[in-house]
Amino acid sequence: MIKFLLEKDTWQEVFDSLSKNKLRSILTMVGVWWGILLLISLLGSAKGIENNFNRMFENFATNSLFIFSGRTTMPFKGYQEGRPVPLSLNDVEKIKENIKGVEEVLPSHFFNITLNRKSLAASFGGRGEFPLIDVLAKKDLLWGRYINQNDIDERKKVAVISEDAYKQLFEKDEYPIGEMIYGENVSFTVIGVYKVVRFGGPPIDIDIPFTTSQQIYNRGNKIDLMMITGDPSFEINQINADVKLLLKNIHNIHPDDNRALNGFNLGDQFEQLTGFLTGMQFLTWFVGIATLIAGVFAIGGILLISVKERTKEIGVRRALGATPFLIKRQIIIESVAISLIAGVLGIISGGIILMLVNKLAGIGEDAFMRNPSVSIGIVFFALLIVTSLGTLIGLIPAFKATSVKPIDALREE
Amino acid sequence: MLEIRDLQKSYPIGGTSLHVLKGINLSIKDGEMVAIMGSSGSGKSTLLNIIGMLDELDSGEYILDGLPIKNLTEKKAALYRNKFLGFIFQSFNLINYKNALENVALPLYYQGMSRKDRQEKALFHLGKVGLADWAKHLPKELSGGQNQRVAIARALAANPKLLLADEPTGALDTTTSYEIMAFIQQLNDEGKTILMVTHEEDIANMCKRIVRLKDGVIMEDTKVIQVRADQYV
Repeated sequence: MIKFLLEKDTWQEVFDSLSKNKLRSILTMVGVWWGILLLISLLGSAKGIENNFNRMFENFATNSLFIFSGRTTMPFKGYQEGRPVPLSLNDVEKIKENIKGVEEVLPSHFFNITLNRKSLAASFGGRGEFPLIDVLAKKDLLWGRYINQNDIDERKKVAVISEDAYKQLFEKDEYPIGEMIYGENVSFTVIGVYKVVRFGGPPIDIDIPFTTSQQIYNRGNKIDLMMITGDPSFEINQINADVKLLLKNIHNIHPDDNRALNGFNLGDQFEQLTGFLTGMQFLTWFVGIATLIAGVFAIGGILLISVKERTKEIGVRRALGATPFLIKRQIIIESVAISLIAGVLGIISGGIILMLVNKLAGIGEDAFMRNPSVSIGIVFFALLIVTSLGTLIGLIPAFKATSVKPIDALREE
Repeated sequence: MLEIRDLQKSYPIGGTSLHVLKGINLSIKDGEMVAIMGSSGSGKSTLLNIIGMLDELDSGEYILDGLPIKNLTEKKAALYRNKFLGFIFQSFNLINYKNALENVALPLYYQGMSRKDRQEKALFHLGKVGLADWAKHLPKELSGGQNQRVAIARALAANPKLLLADEPTGALDTTTSYEIMAFIQQLNDEGKTILMVTHEEDIANMCKRIVRLKDGVIMEDTKVIQVRADQYV
């Protein structure tokens, strides 16, 4: 039964009838070729964007959340609304002690600072940080190092600055490490420059040791922000809820006052992006498959015309002893062959497009995609779809071809 | 070889039906060469089509080589056609994108013969009609006479018991017609049974027996003295 697929004759017949009408064969293939090309290049691009997101997030503990102090929006226990909520190092300790699943709680300060150096000056947002932040949200250092424990212990006046700050405070190609930058009453030694990945929130360009900012700004045990990371086996949203409940209790905040504590949840953001990517992939599949189906229908339609044109030939073949089964088989094989050739061409040209896309958008630090590609599984799946659709659509002209009686087929001119 | 008894055939046309064959009785023995004659509408083509299993009879009997031919499935009809019958058409009906050799080999392909055997056999039959040198030519590169010879080679390829020819010289000039008839006579000399439809008296006289049809009945069925075609060539 399957032996005929290996016989040269079978394919000779297909080749003969396709090459007999080259233009028609090529036009027939365009639909399927285009569908596969769309599917491969869109899926590949989506994959490239996903790879890039993954690369951006690989430096972050995604099961983490940030909590900022805010102001109450509801009166509670005799307090007026609009009261600032002062987060403190005590809160940090309480969270560590009481909330299950919390791994790290990292406090930090916000500050604004105007810095100048030689004739250059600019204002920045800054943060007092612990070295551990470099582990939880890895800094992409261009030069130098990040804050270390020694800087914390000795309250060193050192700063790690963003690439943007570097550009504003330094001449082009100037080496920043060890240089001094000056604030109003304070000066810092630059120890590192990092590349920023921003996720919203106020832009931060200057990182100094937490203990240093504590001292300079006389913060005591008050803090502005804490980053909390959870054990991967715990649901970050649950930790978020637990932490907020605890803080509401400590700070006498109305239980329903959801705006007293600001913050965001990296897990949530990550999920949103992943959701976006999933949506994009779904859309791609939908568009690709729909185009593919349209293409295969075009093949069916053109084969139907072809069968109509070849009515007499089919009549002759039947007079010579071709059984209806053989005629049908031949037409279905033609349909599958056209679909497959078009599909393979689509895969190849899709691959070429992905290579071009990679050249244009996938290279360099600011690239928004990484290695746009499709897996071999998707390629096979696409071919499988094309083959089965080709077979199914081939059935229509195949049955049409043998529905005419041989005598009527022979009379056809 | 062939036995037809009280064969009836009618076609529905609009609300009524057209009675084309009104009880045909015909018996053809091995080695005969029979011409069926008649004006258009006499039913001669219909009779040939029924004998060729391209069309079905309504009532009566048709026995080919001892096998009753009735209510055949398409598959069975195709098999019988391939095994028992060779067709020669007025317009040759060669497949235009296949060369002479491939056209001749086609019935053998449907017999499931291997490619090598097929080509060998097809070339042998092409040689018999004098076209071995033209094996790789497409029909459009051949003359009408040559095309009909290819078609004859194709009809012979599967070694059928009965050769059916529908106006085999209808599309050819007189000289070429006689050439083709010379071939067909030669085949008959070799023992092939031949049945042809024609409306040309000279062609019919080159057969050994003439059956005249009129309005769906046989008017006359006579043995004739065969005129040899090769004397005109």
